[in-house]
Amino acid sequence: MIRAENIRKSFGDQEVLKGVDFTFEAGKTNLIIGRSGAGKTVLLKILVGLFAPTEGRVWYNDRDFSSLSKQQVRELRMEVGMLFQGNALFDSMTIEENIRFPMDMFTKMSMLKKQIRVDEVLERVSMEGINNKFPSEISGGMQKRVGIARSIVLNPKYLFCDEPNSGLDPKTSITIDELISNITDDNNITTIINTHDMNSVMEIGENICLLHQGKLAWQGNKDQVLQSDSEELHNFIFASPFLQKLVDRVGAKNI
Amino acid sequence: MNPLSLLFHFGKFVDWQRQIYRRPENFRMYYKELVRQMFDIGLGSLPIIFLISIFLGAVTVTQFYYQMDGQFIPTSFIGYIVRDMMIIELSPTFSCIILAGKVGSNMAAEIGGMRQKEHIDAMDIMGVNTSAYLVMPKVLAALMMIPLLVTVSAFIGIAGGYLASVPVGLFTHNDYITGLRLFFEPHNIFIMFVKAATFAIILTSVSCYQGYFVKGGSIELGEASTRAVVYSIILILVADYIIALILT
Repeated sequence: MIRAENIRKSFGDQEVLKGVDFTFEAGKTNLIIGRSGAGKTVLLKILVGLFAPTEGRVWYNDRDFSSLSKQQVRELRMEVGMLFQGNALFDSMTIEENIRFPMDMFTKMSMLKKQIRVDEVLERVSMEGINNKFPSEISGGMQKRVGIARSIVLNPKYLFCDEPNSGLDPKTSITIDELISNITDDNNITTIINTHDMNSVMEIGENICLLHQGKLAWQGNKDQVLQSDSEELHNFIFASPFLQKLVDRVGAKNI
Repeated sequence: MNPLSLLFHFGKFVDWQRQIYRRPENFRMYYKELVRQMFDIGLGSLPIIFLISIFLGAVTVTQFYYQMDGQFIPTSFIGYIVRDMMIIELSPTFSCIILAGKVGSNMAAEIGGMRQKEHIDAMDIMGVNTSAYLVMPKVLAALMMIPLLVTVSAFIGIAGGYLASVPVGLFTHNDYITGLRLFFEPHNIFIMFVKAATFAIILTSVSCYQGYFVKGGSIELGEASTRAVVYSIILILVADYIIALILT
Protein backbone atom coordinates (compact mmCIF):
# COMPACT_ATOMS: atom_id res chain seq x y z
CA MET A 1 0.00 0.00 0.00
CA ILE A 2 1.21 3.50 -0.80
CA ARG A 3 -0.40 6.48 0.88
CA ALA A 4 -0.15 10.10 -0.19
CA GLU A 5 -0.81 12.30 2.81
CA ASN A 6 -1.72 15.94 2.21
CA ILE A 7 0.68 16.30 -0.73
CA ARG A 8 1.33 19.85 -1.84
CA LYS A 9 3.79 20.85 -4.52
CA SER A 10 4.66 24.27 -5.84
CA PHE A 11 6.99 25.34 -8.63
CA GLY A 12 7.78 28.97 -7.89
CA ASP A 13 4.46 30.75 -7.38
CA GLN A 14 2.47 28.05 -9.08
CA GLU A 15 0.88 25.47 -6.77
CA VAL A 16 0.44 22.30 -8.82
CA LEU A 17 -0.82 19.98 -6.07
CA LYS A 18 -3.04 21.42 -3.38
CA GLY A 19 -3.20 18.87 -0.61
CA VAL A 20 -3.82 15.44 -2.14
CA ASP A 21 -4.76 12.58 0.19
CA PHE A 22 -5.10 9.17 -1.40
CA THR A 23 -4.35 5.52 -0.64
CA PHE A 24 -3.09 3.34 -3.47
CA GLU A 25 -4.20 -0.15 -2.62
CA ALA A 26 -1.86 -3.12 -2.50
CA GLY A 27 -2.12 -5.71 -5.25
CA LYS A 28 -4.41 -3.56 -7.36
CA THR A 29 -4.22 -1.47 -10.50
CA ASN A 30 -4.47 2.08 -9.19
CA LEU A 31 -5.09 4.88 -11.66
CA ILE A 32 -4.33 8.56 -11.39
CA ILE A 33 -6.50 10.26 -13.97
CA GLY A 34 -7.17 13.83 -14.95
CA ARG A 35 -6.77 16.34 -17.71
CA SER A 36 -3.39 17.56 -18.89
CA GLY A 37 -1.98 19.95 -16.29
CA ALA A 38 -4.02 18.43 -13.45
CA GLY A 39 -0.83 17.39 -11.63
CA LYS A 40 -0.83 13.64 -12.43
CA THR A 41 2.81 13.34 -13.44
CA VAL A 42 3.93 15.55 -10.56
CA LEU A 43 2.05 13.32 -8.11
CA LEU A 44 3.53 10.18 -9.67
CA LYS A 45 7.04 11.62 -9.50
CA ILE A 46 6.49 12.58 -5.86
CA LEU A 47 5.34 9.04 -5.11
CA VAL A 48 8.54 7.56 -6.56
CA GLY A 49 10.70 10.24 -4.99
CA LEU A 50 11.85 12.04 -8.13
CA PHE A 51 10.27 15.24 -6.77
CA ALA A 52 10.15 16.21 -3.12
CA PRO A 53 6.74 17.48 -2.00
CA THR A 54 6.55 21.05 -0.70
CA GLU A 55 4.38 19.68 2.07
CA GLY A 56 3.00 16.26 3.01
CA ARG A 57 4.29 12.72 3.21
CA VAL A 58 4.40 9.55 1.15
CA TRP A 59 4.09 6.26 3.00
CA TYR A 60 5.19 2.89 1.63
CA ASN A 61 3.28 0.73 4.10
CA ASP A 62 4.75 1.98 7.38
CA ARG A 63 7.84 3.63 5.84
CA ASP A 64 7.74 7.41 5.56
CA PHE A 65 9.63 8.13 2.32
CA SER A 66 10.77 11.60 3.39
CA SER A 67 12.42 10.30 6.57
CA LEU A 68 14.45 7.59 4.81
CA SER A 69 18.21 7.97 4.41
CA LYS A 70 19.67 7.97 0.89
CA GLN A 71 20.76 4.37 1.38
CA GLN A 72 17.28 3.36 2.54
CA VAL A 73 15.77 5.15 -0.44
CA ARG A 74 18.03 3.15 -2.75
CA GLU A 75 17.01 -0.06 -0.99
CA LEU A 76 13.34 0.86 -1.32
CA ARG A 77 13.84 1.58 -4.99
CA MET A 78 14.96 -2.00 -5.49
CA GLU A 79 11.29 -2.79 -4.85
CA VAL A 80 10.11 -0.30 -7.47
CA GLY A 81 9.79 -0.60 -11.23
CA MET A 82 8.81 2.25 -13.47
CA LEU A 83 7.66 2.62 -17.04
CA PHE A 84 8.32 6.12 -18.32
CA GLN A 85 6.19 8.03 -20.78
CA GLY A 86 9.07 8.12 -23.27
CA ASN A 87 10.16 4.59 -22.24
CA ALA A 88 13.63 5.82 -21.18
CA LEU A 89 15.36 2.89 -22.84
CA PHE A 90 19.11 3.46 -23.10
CA ASP A 91 19.77 4.15 -26.80
CA SER A 92 23.31 2.85 -26.88
CA MET A 93 22.38 -0.52 -25.39
CA THR A 94 20.62 -3.45 -27.03
CA ILE A 95 17.21 -4.57 -25.76
CA GLU A 96 18.88 -7.37 -23.83
CA GLU A 97 21.44 -5.01 -22.24
CA ASN A 98 18.63 -2.62 -21.32
CA ILE A 99 16.67 -5.32 -19.52
CA ARG A 100 19.80 -6.82 -17.98
CA PHE A 101 21.01 -3.46 -16.65
CA PRO A 102 19.26 -3.62 -13.22
CA MET A 103 20.48 -7.21 -12.78
CA ASP A 104 24.02 -6.28 -13.81
CA MET A 105 24.00 -3.42 -11.36
CA PHE A 106 22.39 -5.01 -8.33
CA THR A 107 22.66 -8.77 -8.48
CA LYS A 108 25.44 -11.32 -8.54
CA MET A 109 23.54 -13.64 -10.85
CA SER A 110 25.58 -15.57 -13.40
CA MET A 111 25.38 -14.41 -16.99
CA LEU A 112 23.43 -17.55 -17.89
CA LYS A 113 20.79 -16.87 -15.22
CA LYS A 114 20.53 -13.26 -16.32
CA GLN A 115 20.09 -14.40 -19.90
CA ILE A 116 17.33 -16.78 -18.86
CA ARG A 117 15.60 -14.05 -16.88
CA VAL A 118 15.80 -11.63 -19.82
CA ASP A 119 14.20 -14.25 -22.06
CA GLU A 120 11.51 -14.88 -19.43
CA VAL A 121 10.45 -11.24 -19.15
CA LEU A 122 10.63 -10.74 -22.90
CA GLU A 123 8.34 -13.74 -23.30
CA ARG A 124 6.06 -12.28 -20.62
CA VAL A 125 5.59 -9.15 -22.71
CA SER A 126 5.39 -11.18 -25.97
CA MET A 127 8.63 -9.78 -27.35
CA GLU A 128 10.74 -12.89 -27.80
CA GLY A 129 13.69 -12.80 -30.18
CA ILE A 130 14.46 -9.09 -30.18
CA ASN A 131 17.35 -9.35 -27.71
CA ASN A 132 19.98 -7.94 -30.04
CA LYS A 133 17.99 -5.09 -31.52
CA PHE A 134 18.49 -1.49 -30.43
CA PRO A 135 15.56 0.61 -29.12
CA SER A 136 15.63 2.72 -32.29
CA GLU A 137 15.00 -0.42 -34.37
CA ILE A 138 11.64 -1.27 -32.79
CA SER A 139 8.23 0.46 -32.79
CA GLY A 140 6.79 2.64 -30.01
CA GLY A 141 4.45 -0.13 -28.84
CA MET A 142 7.34 -2.61 -28.73
CA GLN A 143 9.41 -0.08 -26.79
CA LYS A 144 6.60 0.15 -24.21
CA ARG A 145 6.64 -3.61 -23.82
CA VAL A 146 10.41 -3.64 -23.44
CA GLY A 147 10.08 -0.82 -20.88
CA ILE A 148 7.62 -2.98 -18.95
CA ALA A 149 9.96 -5.95 -19.23
CA ARG A 150 12.82 -3.90 -17.78
CA SER A 151 10.66 -2.57 -14.97
CA ILE A 152 9.59 -6.06 -13.82
CA VAL A 153 12.90 -7.85 -14.28
CA LEU A 154 13.81 -7.61 -10.58
CA ASN A 155 10.30 -8.63 -9.44
CA PRO A 156 9.28 -5.28 -7.97
CA LYS A 157 6.58 -4.87 -5.34
CA TYR A 158 5.47 -1.59 -6.84
CA LEU A 159 5.06 -0.74 -10.51
CA PHE A 160 4.64 2.86 -11.67
CA CYS A 161 3.56 3.67 -15.21
CA ASP A 162 3.60 7.22 -16.53
CA GLU A 163 1.13 7.53 -19.42
CA PRO A 164 1.70 4.02 -20.77
CA ASN A 165 -0.75 4.62 -23.64
CA SER A 166 0.66 7.87 -24.92
CA GLY A 167 1.56 7.78 -28.59
CA LEU A 168 -0.06 4.39 -29.16
CA ASP A 169 -2.99 3.45 -31.36
CA PRO A 170 -6.18 2.37 -29.51
CA LYS A 171 -5.67 -1.34 -30.12
CA THR A 172 -2.06 -1.34 -28.91
CA SER A 173 -3.16 0.77 -25.92
CA ILE A 174 -5.65 -1.90 -24.90
CA THR A 175 -3.00 -4.60 -25.25
CA ILE A 176 -0.58 -2.64 -23.06
CA ASP A 177 -3.34 -2.09 -20.46
CA GLU A 178 -4.14 -5.78 -20.40
CA LEU A 179 -0.48 -6.64 -20.08
CA ILE A 180 0.01 -4.30 -17.11
CA SER A 181 -3.19 -5.54 -15.48
CA ASN A 182 -2.18 -9.19 -15.91
CA ILE A 183 1.29 -8.55 -14.53
CA THR A 184 -0.28 -6.82 -11.52
CA ASP A 185 -2.56 -9.77 -10.84
CA ASP A 186 -0.04 -12.52 -11.55
CA ASN A 187 2.75 -11.01 -9.43
CA ASN A 188 0.46 -9.44 -6.81
CA ILE A 189 2.18 -6.08 -7.15
CA THR A 190 0.84 -2.61 -6.44
CA THR A 191 0.55 -0.78 -9.73
CA ILE A 192 0.03 2.94 -10.10
CA ILE A 193 -0.76 4.23 -13.56
CA ASN A 194 -0.97 7.84 -14.55
CA THR A 195 -3.26 8.15 -17.56
CA HIS A 196 -5.92 10.16 -19.32
CA ASP A 197 -7.01 7.27 -21.48
CA MET A 198 -10.69 6.45 -20.90
CA ASN A 199 -10.31 2.86 -22.11
CA SER A 200 -7.80 2.29 -19.33
CA VAL A 201 -10.16 3.79 -16.78
CA MET A 202 -13.05 1.57 -17.82
CA GLU A 203 -11.02 -1.62 -18.31
CA ILE A 204 -8.40 -1.82 -15.59
CA GLY A 205 -9.23 0.89 -13.02
CA GLU A 206 -9.58 -1.00 -9.74
CA ASN A 207 -8.87 2.07 -7.66
CA ILE A 208 -9.11 5.45 -9.34
CA CYS A 209 -8.04 8.89 -8.20
CA LEU A 210 -9.26 11.82 -10.31
CA LEU A 211 -7.17 14.96 -10.03
CA HIS A 212 -8.69 18.27 -11.00
CA GLN A 213 -6.70 21.50 -10.72
CA GLY A 214 -4.30 19.90 -8.26
CA LYS A 215 -6.96 18.48 -5.94
CA LEU A 216 -8.51 15.07 -5.49
CA ALA A 217 -11.88 15.49 -7.21
CA TRP A 218 -13.19 11.93 -7.13
CA GLN A 219 -12.18 8.43 -6.08
CA GLY A 220 -13.68 5.05 -6.79
CA ASN A 221 -13.36 2.13 -9.20
CA LYS A 222 -14.29 1.40 -12.80
CA ASP A 223 -17.73 0.09 -11.81
CA GLN A 224 -18.56 3.31 -9.99
CA VAL A 225 -17.46 5.67 -12.75
CA LEU A 226 -20.73 5.81 -14.68
CA GLN A 227 -22.85 5.81 -11.53
CA SER A 228 -21.05 8.83 -10.11
CA ASP A 229 -22.63 12.27 -9.95
CA SER A 230 -19.26 14.03 -9.83
CA GLU A 231 -19.29 16.91 -12.27
CA GLU A 232 -15.48 16.85 -12.67
CA LEU A 233 -15.55 13.14 -13.47
CA HIS A 234 -18.28 13.58 -16.06
CA ASN A 235 -16.48 16.49 -17.64
CA PHE A 236 -13.36 14.37 -17.87
CA ILE A 237 -15.00 11.19 -19.15
CA PHE A 238 -17.37 12.74 -21.64
CA ALA A 239 -14.96 15.31 -22.99
CA SER A 240 -15.27 13.95 -26.54
CA PRO A 241 -18.18 15.42 -28.56
CA PHE A 242 -19.29 11.93 -29.64
CA LEU A 243 -19.63 10.68 -26.08
CA GLN A 244 -21.31 13.91 -25.03
CA LYS A 245 -23.99 13.43 -27.70
CA LEU A 246 -24.44 9.84 -26.56
CA VAL A 247 -24.88 10.94 -22.97
CA ASP A 248 -27.36 13.61 -24.00
CA ARG A 249 -29.39 10.97 -25.80
CA VAL A 250 -29.37 8.01 -23.39
CA GLY A 251 -28.01 9.40 -20.11
CA ALA A 252 -24.65 8.55 -18.52
CA LYS A 253 -25.96 5.75 -16.31
CA ASN A 254 -27.49 3.93 -19.26
CA ILE A 255 -24.34 3.74 -21.34
CA MET B 1 26.12 35.27 -14.69
CA ASN B 2 25.56 37.38 -11.57
CA PRO B 3 27.66 36.82 -8.42
CA LEU B 4 24.75 35.32 -6.44
CA SER B 5 24.04 32.79 -9.15
CA LEU B 6 27.75 32.00 -9.36
CA LEU B 7 27.85 31.41 -5.60
CA PHE B 8 24.74 29.23 -5.80
CA HIS B 9 26.22 27.05 -8.53
CA PHE B 10 29.56 26.82 -6.75
CA GLY B 11 27.82 25.61 -3.58
CA LYS B 12 25.68 23.15 -5.54
CA PHE B 13 28.76 21.90 -7.40
CA VAL B 14 30.71 21.33 -4.16
CA ASP B 15 27.74 19.61 -2.51
CA TRP B 16 27.29 17.41 -5.58
CA GLN B 17 30.88 16.14 -5.29
CA ARG B 18 29.85 14.26 -2.13
CA GLN B 19 27.39 12.26 -4.22
CA ILE B 20 29.95 11.43 -6.87
CA TYR B 21 32.73 9.95 -4.81
CA ARG B 22 30.79 7.15 -3.16
CA ARG B 23 31.34 3.44 -3.04
CA PRO B 24 30.07 1.96 -6.33
CA GLU B 25 27.02 -0.32 -6.19
CA ASN B 26 28.81 -2.75 -8.50
CA PHE B 27 32.53 -2.42 -9.23
CA ARG B 28 32.30 -4.43 -12.46
CA MET B 29 29.76 -2.04 -13.98
CA TYR B 30 31.83 0.97 -13.01
CA TYR B 31 34.95 -0.68 -14.38
CA LYS B 32 33.17 -1.37 -17.68
CA GLU B 33 32.15 2.27 -17.89
CA LEU B 34 35.66 3.36 -16.89
CA VAL B 35 37.20 1.36 -19.73
CA ARG B 36 34.67 2.78 -22.22
CA GLN B 37 35.50 6.30 -21.10
CA MET B 38 39.26 5.66 -21.21
CA PHE B 39 38.86 4.47 -24.76
CA ASP B 40 36.73 7.50 -25.72
CA ILE B 41 38.90 10.08 -24.01
CA GLY B 42 42.27 8.49 -24.74
CA LEU B 43 42.13 6.94 -28.18
CA GLY B 44 39.31 9.20 -29.31
CA SER B 45 41.36 12.31 -28.64
CA LEU B 46 44.69 11.08 -29.90
CA PRO B 47 44.34 12.31 -33.52
CA ILE B 48 43.42 15.88 -32.55
CA ILE B 49 46.16 16.00 -29.89
CA PHE B 50 48.67 14.70 -32.44
CA LEU B 51 47.62 17.32 -34.97
CA ILE B 52 47.64 20.36 -32.69
CA SER B 53 50.87 19.33 -30.95
CA ILE B 54 52.85 18.99 -34.14
CA PHE B 55 51.79 22.50 -35.19
CA LEU B 56 52.38 23.94 -31.71
CA GLY B 57 55.96 22.69 -31.82
CA ALA B 58 56.43 23.89 -35.38
CA VAL B 59 55.04 27.38 -34.69
CA THR B 60 57.08 27.74 -31.49
CA VAL B 61 60.33 26.95 -33.34
CA THR B 62 59.50 29.23 -36.23
CA GLN B 63 58.52 32.15 -33.98
CA PHE B 64 61.57 31.87 -31.74
CA TYR B 65 63.91 31.51 -34.68
CA TYR B 66 62.41 34.74 -36.06
CA GLN B 67 62.69 36.58 -32.71
CA MET B 68 66.25 35.42 -31.98
CA ASP B 69 67.55 35.88 -35.50
CA GLY B 70 70.54 38.21 -35.54
CA GLN B 71 71.00 38.17 -31.76
CA PHE B 72 73.93 36.72 -29.88
CA ILE B 73 72.02 33.68 -28.65
CA PRO B 74 73.07 30.22 -29.80
CA THR B 75 70.44 28.60 -32.06
CA SER B 76 70.65 25.47 -29.93
CA PHE B 77 68.72 27.42 -27.31
CA ILE B 78 65.64 27.10 -29.53
CA GLY B 79 65.50 23.35 -28.83
CA TYR B 80 65.72 24.09 -25.13
CA ILE B 81 62.93 26.70 -25.36
CA VAL B 82 60.64 24.43 -27.39
CA ARG B 83 61.17 21.56 -24.94
CA ASP B 84 60.31 23.60 -21.87
CA MET B 85 57.50 25.51 -23.55
CA MET B 86 55.87 22.24 -24.57
CA ILE B 87 56.41 20.51 -21.21
CA ILE B 88 55.51 23.35 -18.88
CA GLU B 89 52.83 25.24 -20.74
CA LEU B 90 51.75 24.39 -24.24
CA SER B 91 51.14 20.65 -23.93
CA PRO B 92 49.15 20.64 -20.68
CA THR B 93 47.26 23.89 -21.15
CA PHE B 94 46.63 23.91 -24.86
CA SER B 95 45.80 20.20 -25.00
CA CYS B 96 43.33 20.55 -22.14
CA ILE B 97 41.70 23.58 -23.73
CA ILE B 98 41.22 21.52 -26.89
CA LEU B 99 39.98 18.59 -24.79
CA ALA B 100 37.52 20.88 -23.00
CA GLY B 101 36.05 21.57 -26.42
CA LYS B 102 36.05 17.98 -27.59
CA VAL B 103 35.62 15.81 -24.49
CA GLY B 104 33.91 18.37 -22.24
CA SER B 105 31.15 19.32 -24.67
CA ASN B 106 30.66 15.64 -25.47
CA MET B 107 30.20 14.77 -21.79
CA ALA B 108 27.80 17.65 -21.17
CA ALA B 109 25.73 16.68 -24.21
CA GLU B 110 25.75 12.96 -23.34
CA ILE B 111 24.66 13.42 -19.73
CA GLY B 112 22.29 16.28 -20.59
CA GLY B 113 20.67 14.11 -23.28
CA MET B 114 20.22 11.33 -20.73
CA ARG B 115 18.60 13.80 -18.36
CA GLN B 116 16.19 15.00 -21.02
CA LYS B 117 15.24 11.51 -22.17
CA GLU B 118 14.56 10.51 -18.53
CA HIS B 119 17.41 7.96 -18.59
CA ILE B 120 18.81 9.45 -15.41
CA ASP B 121 15.38 9.30 -13.75
CA ALA B 122 15.08 5.68 -14.85
CA MET B 123 18.43 4.84 -13.26
CA ASP B 124 17.49 6.77 -10.11
CA ILE B 125 14.30 4.73 -9.80
CA MET B 126 16.32 1.54 -10.14
CA GLY B 127 18.36 2.71 -7.16
CA VAL B 128 21.53 3.63 -9.06
CA ASN B 129 23.56 6.51 -7.65
CA THR B 130 23.54 8.32 -10.99
CA SER B 131 25.94 11.05 -9.91
CA ALA B 132 28.54 8.42 -9.13
CA TYR B 133 27.83 6.05 -12.01
CA LEU B 134 27.74 8.72 -14.70
CA VAL B 135 30.49 11.00 -13.44
CA MET B 136 33.07 9.09 -11.41
CA PRO B 137 34.23 6.83 -14.29
CA LYS B 138 34.56 9.89 -16.52
CA VAL B 139 36.67 11.78 -13.99
CA LEU B 140 38.88 8.74 -13.29
CA ALA B 141 39.28 7.98 -16.99
CA ALA B 142 40.26 11.59 -17.65
CA LEU B 143 42.68 11.50 -14.73
CA MET B 144 44.40 8.48 -16.24
CA MET B 145 44.24 9.36 -19.93
CA ILE B 146 44.78 13.13 -20.04
CA PRO B 147 48.26 13.06 -18.41
CA LEU B 148 49.17 10.40 -20.98
CA LEU B 149 47.80 12.51 -23.81
CA VAL B 150 49.71 15.51 -22.51
CA THR B 151 52.91 13.45 -22.42
CA VAL B 152 52.30 12.35 -26.00
CA SER B 153 51.60 15.96 -26.91
CA ALA B 154 54.94 17.08 -25.45
CA PHE B 155 56.86 14.49 -27.47
CA ILE B 156 54.94 15.24 -30.67
CA GLY B 157 55.38 18.98 -30.16
CA ILE B 158 59.12 18.61 -29.79
CA ALA B 159 59.16 16.42 -32.88
CA GLY B 160 57.04 19.04 -34.68
CA GLY B 161 59.63 21.65 -33.79
CA TYR B 162 62.35 19.46 -35.25
CA LEU B 163 60.41 18.86 -38.47
CA ALA B 164 59.76 22.58 -38.92
CA SER B 165 63.38 23.57 -38.46
CA VAL B 166 66.03 20.97 -39.31
CA PRO B 167 64.73 19.67 -42.69
CA VAL B 168 64.10 23.23 -43.92
CA GLY B 169 67.58 24.32 -42.86
CA LEU B 170 66.87 26.81 -40.04
CA PHE B 171 69.57 25.09 -38.02
CA THR B 172 71.23 21.70 -37.74
CA HIS B 173 70.13 18.43 -36.21
CA ASN B 174 72.95 18.75 -33.66
CA ASP B 175 71.85 22.26 -32.64
CA TYR B 176 68.31 21.08 -31.93
CA ILE B 177 69.33 17.92 -30.05
CA THR B 178 71.90 19.86 -28.02
CA GLY B 179 69.20 22.36 -27.11
CA LEU B 180 66.84 19.60 -26.02
CA ARG B 181 69.50 18.33 -23.61
CA LEU B 182 70.28 21.75 -22.10
CA PHE B 183 69.31 22.64 -18.51
CA PHE B 184 66.82 19.80 -18.15
CA GLU B 185 64.78 20.09 -14.93
CA PRO B 186 62.81 16.96 -13.92
CA HIS B 187 60.66 19.27 -11.78
CA ASN B 188 59.13 20.58 -15.01
CA ILE B 189 57.75 17.12 -15.76
CA PHE B 190 56.15 17.18 -12.32
CA ILE B 191 54.57 20.54 -13.13
CA MET B 192 53.25 19.11 -16.40
CA PHE B 193 51.58 16.18 -14.64
CA VAL B 194 50.13 18.37 -11.89
CA LYS B 195 48.64 20.63 -14.53
CA ALA B 196 47.33 17.72 -16.61
CA ALA B 197 45.66 16.07 -13.62
CA THR B 198 44.16 19.33 -12.34
CA PHE B 199 42.84 20.31 -15.75
CA ALA B 200 41.44 16.80 -16.26
CA ILE B 201 39.41 17.07 -13.06
CA ILE B 202 38.23 20.57 -13.94
CA LEU B 203 37.11 19.84 -17.48
CA THR B 204 35.27 16.61 -16.63
CA SER B 205 33.62 17.82 -13.40
CA VAL B 206 32.47 21.13 -14.85
CA SER B 207 31.17 19.54 -18.03
CA CYS B 208 29.36 16.73 -16.21
CA TYR B 209 27.80 19.28 -13.83
CA GLN B 210 26.46 21.30 -16.75
CA GLY B 211 24.98 18.19 -18.34
CA TYR B 212 23.62 16.59 -15.17
CA PHE B 213 21.59 19.60 -14.08
CA VAL B 214 20.37 20.70 -17.49
CA LYS B 215 16.71 21.69 -17.71
CA GLY B 216 14.54 22.37 -20.72
CA GLY B 217 14.96 21.23 -24.30
CA SER B 218 17.51 21.10 -27.07
CA ILE B 219 18.31 24.83 -26.91
CA GLU B 220 19.14 24.56 -23.19
CA LEU B 221 21.21 21.45 -23.91
CA GLY B 222 23.22 23.38 -26.49
CA GLU B 223 23.68 26.23 -24.02
CA ALA B 224 24.80 23.79 -21.32
CA SER B 225 27.31 22.29 -23.71
CA THR B 226 28.66 25.74 -24.54
CA ARG B 227 28.83 26.69 -20.84
CA ALA B 228 30.72 23.46 -20.16
CA VAL B 229 33.42 24.46 -22.64
CA VAL B 230 33.59 28.14 -21.69
CA TYR B 231 33.68 27.60 -17.90
CA SER B 232 36.16 24.74 -18.24
CA ILE B 233 38.53 26.90 -20.29
CA ILE B 234 38.26 29.84 -17.89
CA LEU B 235 38.88 27.60 -14.87
CA ILE B 236 41.76 25.84 -16.63
CA LEU B 237 43.46 29.19 -17.26
CA VAL B 238 42.89 30.32 -13.67
CA ALA B 239 44.25 27.01 -12.35
CA ASP B 240 47.18 27.29 -14.77
CA TYR B 241 48.15 30.61 -13.23
CA ILE B 242 47.74 29.34 -9.66
CA ILE B 243 49.86 26.23 -10.35
CA ALA B 244 52.50 28.41 -12.02
CA LEU B 245 52.59 30.64 -8.93
CA ILE B 246 52.89 27.70 -6.55
CA LEU B 247 55.24 25.39 -8.44
CA THR B 248 57.66 27.72 -10.18
